[in-house]
Amino acid sequence: MDPFDLGPHAGFIVASYIVTFGTMAALIVWVLVDRARQLAALKELEEQGIARASARRDKS
Amino acid sequence: MTGWVGSLFARELRIAVRVGGSGMIGVLFFLAVVSVIPFGVGPDLNLLARIGPAFLWIGALLATLLGLDRLFQADRDDGALDLLLMAGRPLELVVLVKCLAHWMATGLPLVVAAPVLAIFLNLSPTAIGAVTLTLLVGTPALTLIGAIGASLTVTLRRGGLLMAVLVIPLTIPILIFGVSAADAAVTDPVPFLTPFLILCALTLISAVVGPIASAMALRFSSD
Amino acid sequence: MAIWDYANPTRFLRLVEIILPWLIAACAAAFAVGLYKSFFMAPEDYQQGDTVRIMFIHVPAAWLAMMCYSIMAISSLGTLVWKHPLADVSAKAAAPIGAALTFTCLVTGALWGKPMWGTYWVWDARLTSVLVLFIMYLGLMALWRTMEDPIKAGKAAAILTLVGALNLPIIKFSVDWWNTLHQPASVIRLDGPTIHPDMLVPLLVMALAFTLLFFVLHLMAMRNEVLRRRVRAMRMRAASVAAPATARATAQPAE
Repeated sequence: MDPFDLGPHAGFIVASYIVTFGTMAALIVWVLVDRARQLAALKELEEQGIARASARRDKS
Repeated sequence: MTGWVGSLFARELRIAVRVGGSGMIGVLFFLAVVSVIPFGVGPDLNLLARIGPAFLWIGALLATLLGLDRLFQADRDDGALDLLLMAGRPLELVVLVKCLAHWMATGLPLVVAAPVLAIFLNLSPTAIGAVTLTLLVGTPALTLIGAIGASLTVTLRRGGLLMAVLVIPLTIPILIFGVSAADAAVTDPVPFLTPFLILCALTLISAVVGPIASAMALRFSSD
Repeated sequence: MAIWDYANPTRFLRLVEIILPWLIAACAAAFAVGLYKSFFMAPEDYQQGDTVRIMFIHVPAAWLAMMCYSIMAISSLGTLVWKHPLADVSAKAAAPIGAALTFTCLVTGALWGKPMWGTYWVWDARLTSVLVLFIMYLGLMALWRTMEDPIKAGKAAAILTLVGALNLPIIKFSVDWWNTLHQPASVIRLDGPTIHPDMLVPLLVMALAFTLLFFVLHLMAMRNEVLRRRVRAMRMRAASVAAPATARATAQPAE
């Protein structure tokens, strides 16, 4: 059997896989971009000399 | 014990029906919604009679949601909410009393207006009676569930729209059984009493869940 | 209690650093095996033909959409009852993932329904319940976004999540009831086909892969949320110091 022959409804199958992996990829991109943004903000704040509360005390 | 409940109820009712209260505006909104429906679906009287109960219910749902943001907002604005929170009374009971008063001022006029509007939609006398009865039983549940949304969004300045989005999914069962009971009275696929009793049960459940969740949200919003 | 060891966000972040690479590797492996099996090994269904392959992503997405809500409900209990500091972080991080999974479930379901039932959408009890779940996820996300204070937003969202968790079975029951009342003229076979083992294996592998993906995303989103709160706390500190040099940092919104 030919795995690349998806029968008469190939469009629907391909479309649903594209949507699924597109949505998951969007989630992954969102998570990574968000992380980069937060890390950049943290770095900027630390460069301005604003220490975290936990830097002085043990617990924040 | 009953003294403060009675006076709170009287206070809420007086505030709700005085000038600036939203009770009458809710009925006007209900009238407006119901009167645009024929323009949307056409003036076919048979069709209107068939979908009439559903539209009366949806109109009542929307009108209830519209008035709900005033349930706690006004009290928060003038500080009365903080006094109620600090009064040491069971907050769940306070919420329940407020909901009842709010329903008397906004929900009950809708129920009273429903038979009049039903005539516009060509409902049969049986259907008019059934819709009115289901609205009478079901609208308190809408207010009680809406109270959860109202107390969650009480700290937000323009929380009305968000509240509607949060509350509407929770009201689906009430809508389903309200409309089903009204339909069942006319075109009996099932006896009227079955969905009607489930609707009563839903109202009783929301009379428990609504005040508890709402009181919890109000406590969290204040501290 | 072991869970309290991770109440400290720094310790939680360290744990995430250790676990995450393994989870990602396992997730990638599971997806590789699952996709291979679902395209090359699974036979065509005698009724559904090749469209059965949509089920290999549709069913796991539906399972995980429900699991995600359960996790949020448990986290909400954690927020309200045990006041665990990471519980509302967990709930907030899970909401967008759950919304994405319900969205995937709805779209793949529609794409499966068109060739099989001849229509993208039927007001079937299950589909309608998933749609309601989707609206509730979006509503929760909106609530999180509109409230500025993350602690207050966490408590409000926790109450709504728990009320929703109470309501979802009632909604499911009433939609079931409503659906039998309004049975459409052409009766569609809505219950799933009996599953052949050749299809069960890829389905379970894909379910495992999606579960792993969920936990990877959830942990990463939780880590982001911890960092976001740290940034927020530092900005508030900077604002309270009120030195002119820090005015630049506080001019940006907190989110």
